[in-house]
Amino acid sequence: MQSLILTTTTRLLAALLLMFSIYALLRGHNLPGGGFIGGLIGATAFILYTIATSVDEARAALRIDPSNLAILGVGVAALAGLGAGFAGDPFFTGQWLFLFQDGDSYIPLSTVLVFDIGVYMAVFGGILTLVFAMEQEI
Amino acid sequence: MADDYPKVDRVMGGPAGWISIAFPSILFLYFLGLLPQIALGPQVHGIDWVPSLGINLSVLLDGLSMTFVLLITGIGAAVTLYSARYLGQHPDYPRFVSYLLMFMVGMLGLVLADNLIMLFVFWEITTIASYLLIGFNADSAKSRRSALQALLVTGTGGLILLGGMIVLGNVAGTFQLSEILTQGDMLRAHPWYLAILLLFLAGTFTKSAQVPFHFWLPNAMAAPTPVSAYLHSATMVKAGIFLMARMNPALGGTDAWFWILTLFGGVTAVFASVMAMRQTDIKQVLAYTTLMALGTLTMFLGAGTHYAIMAAMLFLVVHSLYKAALFLMIGIVDHATGTREASVLGGLSKAMPLTGLAAALAGISMAGIPPMVGFIGKEFIYKAGLGLEGVGAVRVTIMAFAASVMMFAVGGIVALKPFRGDLRPTPTEPHEGPWPMLAGPLVLGALSLIFGLVPGVLGYYLVGPATHAVFGEVREVHLYLWGGVNTALILSLLTFLAGWLVYRRHEAIRTRLAAFEARNPVDFDAGWDRLLDGFKAFAAWQTRLIQNGSLQRYMAVTFGTFVVLVGGTYLIKGAFRSGLSLTTEGIHPVQWAVLGLIAAGAMLTVWTHSRMTAVAAMGVTGIGVALIFIMFSAPDVAITQLLVEVLVVVLVSLVMLRLPYLPRRSKATFRAGHAMIAGGMGLVTTFLMISVLATDFDRRLTTFFEAASYPEAYGRNIVNVILVDFRALDTFGEVTVVAIAAIAAFALLRGMSTRRKPEEES
Repeated sequence: MQSLILTTTTRLLAALLLMFSIYALLRGHNLPGGGFIGGLIGATAFILYTIATSVDEARAALRIDPSNLAILGVGVAALAGLGAGFAGDPFFTGQWLFLFQDGDSYIPLSTVLVFDIGVYMAVFGGILTLVFAMEQEI
Repeated sequence: MADDYPKVDRVMGGPAGWISIAFPSILFLYFLGLLPQIALGPQVHGIDWVPSLGINLSVLLDGLSMTFVLLITGIGAAVTLYSARYLGQHPDYPRFVSYLLMFMVGMLGLVLADNLIMLFVFWEITTIASYLLIGFNADSAKSRRSALQALLVTGTGGLILLGGMIVLGNVAGTFQLSEILTQGDMLRAHPWYLAILLLFLAGTFTKSAQVPFHFWLPNAMAAPTPVSAYLHSATMVKAGIFLMARMNPALGGTDAWFWILTLFGGVTAVFASVMAMRQTDIKQVLAYTTLMALGTLTMFLGAGTHYAIMAAMLFLVVHSLYKAALFLMIGIVDHATGTREASVLGGLSKAMPLTGLAAALAGISMAGIPPMVGFIGKEFIYKAGLGLEGVGAVRVTIMAFAASVMMFAVGGIVALKPFRGDLRPTPTEPHEGPWPMLAGPLVLGALSLIFGLVPGVLGYYLVGPATHAVFGEVREVHLYLWGGVNTALILSLLTFLAGWLVYRRHEAIRTRLAAFEARNPVDFDAGWDRLLDGFKAFAAWQTRLIQNGSLQRYMAVTFGTFVVLVGGTYLIKGAFRSGLSLTTEGIHPVQWAVLGLIAAGAMLTVWTHSRMTAVAAMGVTGIGVALIFIMFSAPDVAITQLLVEVLVVVLVSLVMLRLPYLPRRSKATFRAGHAMIAGGMGLVTTFLMISVLATDFDRRLTTFFEAASYPEAYGRNIVNVILVDFRALDTFGEVTVVAIAAIAAFALLRGMSTRRKPEEES
């Protein structure tokens, strides 16, 4: 089923959704959003793309196999937890670094963010693994 | 073992061989260096591992663990050296070595552990390594069966043991062995003592192959010979003995301990000595004599006097020395002649003089003839037996006597007969073994002689400290070769006489036993098969019943169970509570609209005849719920709910488009049953919610997170802060589940398409 309107708008929408998903991921610590929600939004972008085009095109656009991405995400999350070990804290204690501190403005970096990115990848990859497999194999 | 595998050109097994030899050798020398310190008193070292659960990586090094460590590393060095030559050219030799090293680490950890949980972890490592090693020749169905049998028997025992450890840890208030061992009086008087004891003994009896759990050990001889020598005679099967010895100060000394151990140990020893006479394969003969030794050790640990424990510790060392040597010797004979049948072998001493020497040294020690250390071992066993009080003395002595007679005869069958007399034709031309294979049995045999001549060294450094550790208090241990003329010596002479008679007549006895066995209906091995078959049949039956592949059935079972169990509990406990006032005041018109949307969605889902409509209508219900979340300011939950609803509709419609056409089941009873389950779900959930809302809301957690979220975790979105920081471990578990579920579903779906179009997959 190919619809010209759907295909054309999807190109725009999918890009917007992906951007929005990263936005949701990054703002998550202070405002609604986070890795889980971001991952779901990101997956929606590719699902839309899959429906508008085909699994093969979606796979090609993703470049990396979604199941690898899911496993990688779990690995990133685990590494973020292990990071605490270097500071001598128990597993998964958040470690923070405040860059360019100038009064009240700074760029906060943390293992918690790394963990959330891992969650994003796992959810994103996991759902796409499932959707691609269903589209393709059934 | 036939040499019918494709050979790989490796000198002494290549790097894998060198590493495997170096590891135990270096450890052996290291621990040998610690020997003088440990002879003076035990040491405890450790680091915290999971302090909140009282689990520590700590080491208890006393006479008992030292004895085991030296046996593990010393015999380990001999066995790895032997294996490098025996299996070094096997294509899978590196795999073999890694299993062997894994076992070594597990066994060392087991005997050194000062923490019960740590001990259990290593205990299980040895079980798994044993499984992998028995099944090393994975091409053979017999190997696989034996491996699985050993794994299931010892693994089940291990789980029961874990139960015992947890109960013991809770009763004693600590998992540290060094602390538990000081609380013996409290533990023995505790009402749960018997439960702890039985759970522990289930573990040790399966591991150390006591009757009626013995049948896996003779089958385990399917493993390559070095493995039989190492795991299934010298070390792993003694792990059960080790644990009983270790726990003796805490659990030993009661009537229950005495009766259970002496009875099971005695029966095992006598049963095994009879079975040993029955076998024709000399490796099987040795397997049954190992059982016999394990039974004897159990019996004397049960007897519990200082003398009995000393005899047990001495016999432990004595047995490991001669039995490992004999097993290794059999491997050489098997290699050289191509057979292990006792009736075929004879006159090998000309062709294999050094093998014959090693066999003689070990065999004489096994027979308990002076001046070998085996003689001392037997003397002390008799003295310990005679020194007991009451009926125990007679029973234990008689059983020990029977076992010793058989050991004398078996020593002759295994170590003497194949080498004496005229050379008989064997499948291959006999020739002397290479030095790496001879070194182990010769050194072990020589040690049997040396310790026999200078028993004081053995007593001071190993048996004495080990006895102290097991008995719990320090008493003098003095080993000697000549103790004057006494009852034990007379018993020894009687043993020689009886043993010699049995040896002379052993072929006739074997025929009789074989005839008896043919008529005997009690067969543990076959019984095991029946047990397993029954278990499999049960599993198949309940899988057919509950998981028959129909999604409708799964959901009916899952939700039906929920309704019955949760609803039933709810009713029985009378948990209904209501703080609701039925009023429509204050409900905003928009909220009414959302409510109507949810209700309409639900109604449509139930009434429609189209699957597609049902899925979409369900999505409407879900989105309505998401709207409610937004109204009551839970944006994170609402976004997640919204996204999940969308995804569910997309996924389900993807599947649905491809589902085969099913004639609509309009049978009234079918619909009614599903309506009942669905209605029950709805009712139970609703009443639960009403009751939960009626209870006072505990705000402690909320307050904590509100207060701590920003100062401690630098985040203002509490939901996210909880997910990624406070409860990060839970989230980690969840994303792991997401990834695994996706990959599992992927594999399932692929499997479906592979089955359907096999020619396209290549």
